[in-house]
Amino acid sequence: MRRIEVDVNGSRHVRHVDERRLLSDFLRHDLGLRGTKVGCEHGVCGACTVLLDGAAVRSCLLLAVQVDGCRVDTVEGLAGPEGLHPLQEALHRHHGLQCGYCTAGILMTAVEMAGEAGPHSVEEIKQRLSGHICRCTGYAGIVAALSEVVGS
Amino acid sequence: MIPARFDYRRAGSTDEAVGLLTEHGDDAKLLAGGHSLLPLMKLRLAAPAVLIDIGRLSDLSYIREEGDAVVVGALTRHRDIEVSDVLGRHVPLLAHVAGQIGDPQVRHRGTIGGSLAHGDPASDLPAACLALGASITAVGPTGSRTIAADDFFTGFLETALRPDEVLTEVTLPKATGAGWSFQKFNRRAQDWAIVGVAAVRNGTAGVALVNMGSTPLRARAVEEALASGAGDAEAADHAADGLEPPEDLNASAEYRRHLARVLVRRALQEARPST
Amino acid sequence: MTTVEASAGGGPVLGTRLRRREDGALLTGESRFVADLAVPGALHLALVRSPHALARIVDVDVSGALAMPGVVAAFSGADLRDEWAGPLPCGWPVTAEMKQPAHLPLAVERACYVGDAVAVVVATSEYAAHDAADAVTVTYEPLPAVVDLEQALTDEVVVHPELGTNVAYTWELAPDDAAVDAAFASAAHVVDARYVQQRLIPAAMEPRGVLVVPEPFGGSFTVYSATQIPHILRVMLALTAGVPETDLRVVAPAVGGGFGSKLNVYAEEVLALALARRLRRPVRWIEERTENAQATIQGRGQIQHVELAADAEGKVTAVRVRLTADMGAYLQLVTPGIPLLGAFLYSGVYDVPAYSFRCTSVFTTATPTDAYRGAGRPEATYAIERAMDTLARRVGVAPEEIRRRNFIGPDAFPYTSVAGLVYDSGNYAGALDRCLALAGYDALRAEQQRRRAAGGTRQLGIGISSYFEMCGLAPSRVLASLNYTAGGWEAASVRILPTGKVEVVTGTSPHGQGHETSWAMIVADRLGISPDDVDVIHSDTARAPYGLDTYGSRSLAVGGTAVAMATDRVVDKARRLAAHQLEVAEEDLELAGGVFAVRGSPDRTMALAAVAFEAFTAHDLPDGMEPNLEASCHFDPPNFTFPFGTHLAVVELDTDTGKVSLVAYHAVDDCGVQVNPMIVEGQVHGGVVQGAAQALWEEAAYDTEGNLLSATLMDYLVPSAAEVPSITTASTVTPSPTNVLGVKGVGEAGTIGAAPAVINAVVDALSPFGIEDIAMPASPQRVWRAIEDARRRGTHPTSTAATDDTTTQATSTKET
Repeated sequence: MRRIEVDVNGSRHVRHVDERRLLSDFLRHDLGLRGTKVGCEHGVCGACTVLLDGAAVRSCLLLAVQVDGCRVDTVEGLAGPEGLHPLQEALHRHHGLQCGYCTAGILMTAVEMAGEAGPHSVEEIKQRLSGHICRCTGYAGIVAALSEVVGS
Repeated sequence: MIPARFDYRRAGSTDEAVGLLTEHGDDAKLLAGGHSLLPLMKLRLAAPAVLIDIGRLSDLSYIREEGDAVVVGALTRHRDIEVSDVLGRHVPLLAHVAGQIGDPQVRHRGTIGGSLAHGDPASDLPAACLALGASITAVGPTGSRTIAADDFFTGFLETALRPDEVLTEVTLPKATGAGWSFQKFNRRAQDWAIVGVAAVRNGTAGVALVNMGSTPLRARAVEEALASGAGDAEAADHAADGLEPPEDLNASAEYRRHLARVLVRRALQEARPST
Repeated sequence: MTTVEASAGGGPVLGTRLRRREDGALLTGESRFVADLAVPGALHLALVRSPHALARIVDVDVSGALAMPGVVAAFSGADLRDEWAGPLPCGWPVTAEMKQPAHLPLAVERACYVGDAVAVVVATSEYAAHDAADAVTVTYEPLPAVVDLEQALTDEVVVHPELGTNVAYTWELAPDDAAVDAAFASAAHVVDARYVQQRLIPAAMEPRGVLVVPEPFGGSFTVYSATQIPHILRVMLALTAGVPETDLRVVAPAVGGGFGSKLNVYAEEVLALALARRLRRPVRWIEERTENAQATIQGRGQIQHVELAADAEGKVTAVRVRLTADMGAYLQLVTPGIPLLGAFLYSGVYDVPAYSFRCTSVFTTATPTDAYRGAGRPEATYAIERAMDTLARRVGVAPEEIRRRNFIGPDAFPYTSVAGLVYDSGNYAGALDRCLALAGYDALRAEQQRRRAAGGTRQLGIGISSYFEMCGLAPSRVLASLNYTAGGWEAASVRILPTGKVEVVTGTSPHGQGHETSWAMIVADRLGISPDDVDVIHSDTARAPYGLDTYGSRSLAVGGTAVAMATDRVVDKARRLAAHQLEVAEEDLELAGGVFAVRGSPDRTMALAAVAFEAFTAHDLPDGMEPNLEASCHFDPPNFTFPFGTHLAVVELDTDTGKVSLVAYHAVDDCGVQVNPMIVEGQVHGGVVQGAAQALWEEAAYDTEGNLLSATLMDYLVPSAAEVPSITTASTVTPSPTNVLGVKGVGEAGTIGAAPAVINAVVDALSPFGIEDIAMPASPQRVWRAIEDARRRGTHPTSTAATDDTTTQATSTKET
């Protein structure tokens, strides 16, 4: 076991974790932040994507001990008392989700893009989404939603 | 998919990492970005007894000019290479290749040192380093040494690194203004290259291949043909000479040889100096 | 038959792009999927699975696992043999003679595919369970595998020796073989094609999972499962585990996609229930991705031999189909029936006078197959739409022209097909014309010609597919005739509560389709109230006790219709009550905006909410009327529905490498009246990408030893946004006369239309090489190989006079 200290969505958490504990399991089961999903467990589908010090990364391919001292942002941190995040609103407006299992991961990549200098072209948005798999939407609504918020 | 248990050690410095490697020998693996190692561990195809986390050695994350070269710290992430102004100006091939690896999430975690040390014939950066004539610095118990990229990849997932050495830096000769090309052939944007070609034309030509053998390798026959005056298409026909590419779901050896010839031709044409 | 544009919607709610009420919880991460349910003290299961495709289980030693920390129990198949009241169910024994192997949740004597579960470990954490599973020692005697379908037919290796053969059944639909033979004897053109439907992995993003919670007192259980079929699962769990049905509550919480893969009763569901019963603890199992590839059903897996006979003008005179279908190692819930769902569709949207279909279904040592998006219909549609393109080439006309010459006309409905179906409604030529216009077809063909003439390495291919399908399973009597052991009805209840809010209970079980939104729209539209005032209850057998769940594009046409009809019954009752209290005749009341008003006296009104409150107090009801405003409907449809459309794919072929890129896609679909066009488009988009994925990327590949080579999403190529073009959609609306809403299914249409459109485009791009067919997936290597072979044969792109003539003729035909 190893003591780690992590800032998650602006809250400081100190926990003792097994060395092999995956960040995805740490977030979901130790902190109860189950909005982050695990899809392929292998670094392909992107469902488990979170922000690590602002960068979109896969939480299923990180050990919790690796993020000691870092800041992690998850889907739970996006909506506030005032309502949904603009990207959440956009996915809602454009029917960018069906079963919703891949949505949290896609949102985190989109949030990262929204923090960058834009605008992003449709081609660029699609390339940025290349690390995510959605089996329901055919990506049409997702690309439309992201284009509206981070596109030209 | 859950990795087997291991002992986790976090190195605070390169020397400490070397010390830990010396202490644990073959039982230990270095953990940088972890994106090659952790998937293997989750499938339990790898089960190191000790993981030495070097991910926090921030003094190994840098990109800077040193005379006729650009040096890149081993822990520099693909994304940082992709967007580096210095590399974009002087070694644009490397920046471009880094932007083609995997997908954005992979590029945020993967490091150039990890990519080279893993020595996967299917990965992109090793080929770029070969084409560019890079050299690799490693630090071990007795100090540091420099290994030419040409001498670095010794076998399937094997490199010239000794078990107690840490790869610390990659030195890339400046190729300012040189023609270059990277041809990556795959079926999905995020996939490994079925075949890839990195080419630099800067007076002489450096051409290296991805996934055409048991190691990342140079297309020597192509380079020699060009040196002896062959045209691009003629030289490209030698792309697979003497090579024994792997076979998998995506490609037979024969198809890989064909792709190598096509992609080398395209790479040479794209990398042709603009004059 | 009227065909109107989609924009001509119904009332103020129906036909609008109302945003989904499901989204909020999914967007914020508040939705709870099975793996998100935290139950204190839950035990975790890990399965030990066979690494051999066929092996005798010599010994299972769990002692190593039992010695591991955190392990509570570990069992072999033999240890648990007495737990089962019945085998894992197959609900579709298509013939009385069908051979059905024993199939227990844990194999006892033989493991019959890589991934077949042979032992189970129960531990206090997921990590401990997985560690301990590695410590179970199983001794196998490996036996030769048989993966290839045609090899399996030889019975050289018999998967289940007790059955004596690998042939599970043969089934035919051959109303008049003599007529078929005569048509072929006199045919001017014949197409004789062999198509392989490769196995596919459904790959829902949420893997399967199950959590069984025993009630602290008494013997009842709540089963949470990532399933499409909570109601069917409840019945089957009762039969298989021997738990009284009344002691089982099955809940499908948020479910992350299914595509047919969660339309099943799986070993792990039954195991979790049996172990919760045995250990008196909550038990949880979450599937890993490689387990999802190996031990969740796969789709397709057929070899189709398809023959068309046609007269000199290309009018099809007969279709003959000989099908070999891969069952895999066992018969899962509806495995044997999948080929039958296609059997009726091989004549497609064409007026075909003679038809013969025979199917031989065989066991192999591979993962069982079963329903995957489209289930039988994509296979059939692929065959006929590919064969029609080949016929067009034989006849020397364009692909759109061969279709026009054979379409069933818009005035022919209801149309009784040669296979015995009665197509409800359609306008096939209308959808084709619309799609060609949408795609800018003439300009595309001109660009294709330009590129061919220029002779570069980037050539265009254009492919169309005019599909239809039968969905909305189904009239129960028809299902009975096919030996399906369940009905095809769907249930709904609608109650108007005393405050005027409405509760709808549906037997459908959505997992991404947006039923909550659409069903609320249907009810709100009929009551004249806001959808916000309608709550939809589903996917929980305790709250929605009747239902047959969600699959086969049935939910709207059957379940939505039941909701509409139950709503109408509630309105009838409310009208009687309102008429009583307003002292007018029922006929004098009209319902608008949620208020009954007396015709001619608009100030005399009674709101639905007021009626509901009166029904609740029951102070002043008409004689004989029972209190409360509630009605139910168990709707058994009189027919399937038959959605249709035309899809057009444009691909770019790199003739040097063989790589095919999908560059444009246009879909015109007709699913009858649309409740929510936004959701319809979403279904089409997603369906198209899944169909295109079969055409270009996906394949569950096995080696000859029966190892699945594509067991991760690294090797099984589900496309990302970067591979998929934007999809243009449009629709025509031809209402179905079989239900009060006029709706048809749309959940599978995109998948059914897409694979043949894409492969027709690939073959079109390859046609200058003289290539007439390419197997799926049209991988770069496969396409390159085809080009290489053609070059060796001496057919070069430069010698394409015949093809060019065809295209010229196509253009002139179109202009007439």
